[in-house]
Amino acid sequence: MRDYTLFIPEYWAAGAAVLIIAADILWPNMRRQLLAYLTAGAAVVYGGIALFYIQSDPESFMGLIQVDDFTTFFRVLGAGIIAVTAILSANHMQHRAGVLGEYYGLLLVAGIGLTFMAGARELLTAYIALEVLSFSLYILVGYMRRDVFSAEASLKYVLLGGFASAILLYGISIIYGVSGSTFYDAIAVGLADRGGDADIATIIGLMLVIGGVGFKVSAAPFHMWAPDAYQGAPLPITAFLSTASKAAGFALILRLFTASFVDDAEFWRWAIAGVAVLTMAVGNLVALQQTDLKRLVAYSSIGQVGYMLVVIAALGYGGREVGEQASSALLLHMVGYVISTLALFTALTAYYDRTGKDSSIRGIRGMAETQPYLALIITAALFSFAGLPFFAGFATKLFMFQASAEPELLWVIGVAIVASFVSLYYYLMVIRQMYLFEPEGGVQRFRLPPLVWVIATVLLLGILFIGIYPAPVFEIADSAVQPLFEVGADISP
Amino acid sequence: MTLDEAQGYVLLSTLALPLVTAGVLVLIPGTARLAIRWLSLIVGAVLLGLSVYIFVAYQAEGDIFQMRHRWAWVENVSFLEENGISLYLGVDGISSLMALLTGVVGFAAVLVSWKLDYRPKDFFILFWVLIAGVYGTFFSLDLFFFFFFYELAVVPLYLLIGVWGSTRKEYGAMKLTMMLVGGSVLMWIGIFAVVSEAGLGTFSLPDLWQAGEEGVLGTNFQYIFFPFFAVGCGVLAGLWPFHTWSPDGHMSAPTAVSMVHAGVLMKLGAFGIIRLGIQLMPEGAEFWMPALVVLGTIGAVYGAVGALTQRDFKLISGYSSVSHMGYVLLGLGTLSAIGLTGASLQMFSHGVMTALVFLLIGALYDQAHTRDLKDFSGIAKVMPLWVVAYVIAGLANVGLPGLSGFTAEFHIFVAAFQTYPVFGAFAILAAALAAGYMLRMFAIVFFGPLNPRWQDLRDMNPLEMMGALLLIASIVIMGVWWSLFTDRLAETVLNLPGVS
Repeated sequence: MRDYTLFIPEYWAAGAAVLIIAADILWPNMRRQLLAYLTAGAAVVYGGIALFYIQSDPESFMGLIQVDDFTTFFRVLGAGIIAVTAILSANHMQHRAGVLGEYYGLLLVAGIGLTFMAGARELLTAYIALEVLSFSLYILVGYMRRDVFSAEASLKYVLLGGFASAILLYGISIIYGVSGSTFYDAIAVGLADRGGDADIATIIGLMLVIGGVGFKVSAAPFHMWAPDAYQGAPLPITAFLSTASKAAGFALILRLFTASFVDDAEFWRWAIAGVAVLTMAVGNLVALQQTDLKRLVAYSSIGQVGYMLVVIAALGYGGREVGEQASSALLLHMVGYVISTLALFTALTAYYDRTGKDSSIRGIRGMAETQPYLALIITAALFSFAGLPFFAGFATKLFMFQASAEPELLWVIGVAIVASFVSLYYYLMVIRQMYLFEPEGGVQRFRLPPLVWVIATVLLLGILFIGIYPAPVFEIADSAVQPLFEVGADISP
Repeated sequence: MTLDEAQGYVLLSTLALPLVTAGVLVLIPGTARLAIRWLSLIVGAVLLGLSVYIFVAYQAEGDIFQMRHRWAWVENVSFLEENGISLYLGVDGISSLMALLTGVVGFAAVLVSWKLDYRPKDFFILFWVLIAGVYGTFFSLDLFFFFFFYELAVVPLYLLIGVWGSTRKEYGAMKLTMMLVGGSVLMWIGIFAVVSEAGLGTFSLPDLWQAGEEGVLGTNFQYIFFPFFAVGCGVLAGLWPFHTWSPDGHMSAPTAVSMVHAGVLMKLGAFGIIRLGIQLMPEGAEFWMPALVVLGTIGAVYGAVGALTQRDFKLISGYSSVSHMGYVLLGLGTLSAIGLTGASLQMFSHGVMTALVFLLIGALYDQAHTRDLKDFSGIAKVMPLWVVAYVIAGLANVGLPGLSGFTAEFHIFVAAFQTYPVFGAFAILAAALAAGYMLRMFAIVFFGPLNPRWQDLRDMNPLEMMGALLLIASIVIMGVWWSLFTDRLAETVLNLPGVS
């Protein structure tokens, strides 16, 4: 059914994007920070409108895009990410690029891509949504054109991203060839009816799809672009990359794999488990040797992706029931991870904007003296990543691994626990710089801009809230994954 | 509401008060030093009062677990079922004794921290978080929160030692943190395995204990996973050969942290072996306990020999802690009622005694800025009270009758001779070595001609005196009034699974 009312939030976001780009052209002398605040406001409204779709029956637009609690969850999450990113950009981007209208417009467009990746129930729609997000990010990563690193990052990201998209598309076409459809539900039916001689083709198709989406969430061995892109991109975009693009990737994977591939799990689950282990190992071990904070965060976030992939592997080994439990824990963990990451980048952006230091780890020396509150925020975020009590990561990671407990996956979870132990070491190396050393380079104690202070405080409270009382968010996450596993709720075209 | 539930609020307040204090301290400006100190002092005193109440109100004749109260936290979502994770508090004989220990040592540590000048606000925030973690671990009857508070007690140490420590503090802090968190990684794997193997959808410890006793956790499973808990907790308990963080960590740590750490935190490890090892996996415990006896005895002897060869006061105490925690592990390993009573008593005894030692070392180091034995001589002439206190601590350490060390070690040796006579003999050898390193120190430092360099040393200040008196009182009371402690432990210990 063509129900155009399903996408009112996206009409709003797209309209706002156009207006913001137009506003920058029409009134070039406007205060440049105003664009950022407009974008943040538009994103908040976007999330607000999305809330009206809570707990309505899942409805789909001709079977292409489904709006249900799962979609709503990612709409709101995406809106939050955009709002924070926009506010971080207000000061940071002010003098770093000539024209900023497109920058903020593309942020909103990327959010639409994110939502449609979560809502898509058809492979080509999912692919197009993914490209909407990717193309926005290609431009945003390279937005500081005069900066060599930014240009390099963008080029690398475009070339590798294009390659990954091609792989994904090839995988999609093979899946289509075997199953005879691109609709998720029909793929499941088609795969079930395939002849025995199509197994090899199915495996190849699945591997190519895993490779393609693996690139988007920066899972090893498809992670090569991430450190360079993280390092070169403007700081707020790095925050956006490490939250939005991973959230969107996992949303797509969850919906696709639960709807289409879960019955053929033996063809792909070992690959996901392998990728998960490799990703955890590469991310955490390489992070140990980093001297640049952005690269360290990049590798650490690769490690985090490894933990999250354990859930997908659990879906493969444990089937729908375990998959449902693990997915709700994954969504909870995702919220905690997103909040922690945004808190970290809020603090870093505020610090670098003020001190003008480069992003080497030494640059934050003595932050406990010059800006104790930011040091506290960074510590909270890193402890949350490491999974220490009172911070989000402790409970969410424990839930996620516990929910994924399948006999075949025990060793993977063992690796995950050891990997998160390793991660504590490099997080402590960062925290050590802030607390155990005196500041360098004549940085004096400084005050925070009020808005930054508010955002940082909200995010810190978010980390603590999920760490201390995760029940409400966990229940929301649990109801958000229900539509993925409800039998018979599928709406065929 | 029954009395039991009402008393549950006492436990909750004891747990929440340090956390709330930490929160309040965050809001107080760092320049208001007097306010910060007074607040901490008062909170320390209140916590001591609450701890004494918990210990005294625990009925030796009543249920094993008393003051139980459950607050739902997360349930009926994802893999969690009814009572999935709840803040479930309660004490048995062992944990009520440990609560008392925490109150006593915590208050003494606050007293000596009065004179701390460098960033007192941040220090006390971390300190109170640590104390909350300790109480929480002792009170938790839920596996999730047990682990939560256990980690909470370990993590602040990194900054406490790294920022306020001395001698090679960064190395000591990092080594300690990584080894202890490494231990909790093993615990985490164990917890993960237990919860999924039991398949109850709950972290409630009583339910899981029942699963362990009824064979839901199979025999082979227990054989495999008992070491995860024994070693994971054992790292914190100073289990040889995973003790190496202890001397370095204690040497680097500031006075109050050494006191709390050696006095209380190491007991968390031994307590964890009881809660997660013996109670959760009785068959695994029975299978592996001989190994614990061997390692505990090695630790006892090794620590004593190590202490004999050291010249730094704190290193001597660090090794002596390894030695005394070896007794605790030996006592646990006998799996007999007497041995477990002895182990629990030793936890308390070593806690107050070692806290006293570190308090005194701190009082000396703050003035002398050296901790090398050979630098000192004849200081009994300038610091008589200090020396008296140190001698009491030292003699308790050696196991002189009438002081707490004797009460505890007596039980342990009796139990060891009943079950593993050879190791009992080695343990007594370690006690003899303890006399050696203590008397050696007394001879070098306290007596002989006074080195004129130390002419100006002053005795303890009143606050240190108060702390020392509190600890000495605990040592003496345990030394002379055994039944106060053993009565409370008796029922608990006899009802542990697998204990003869």
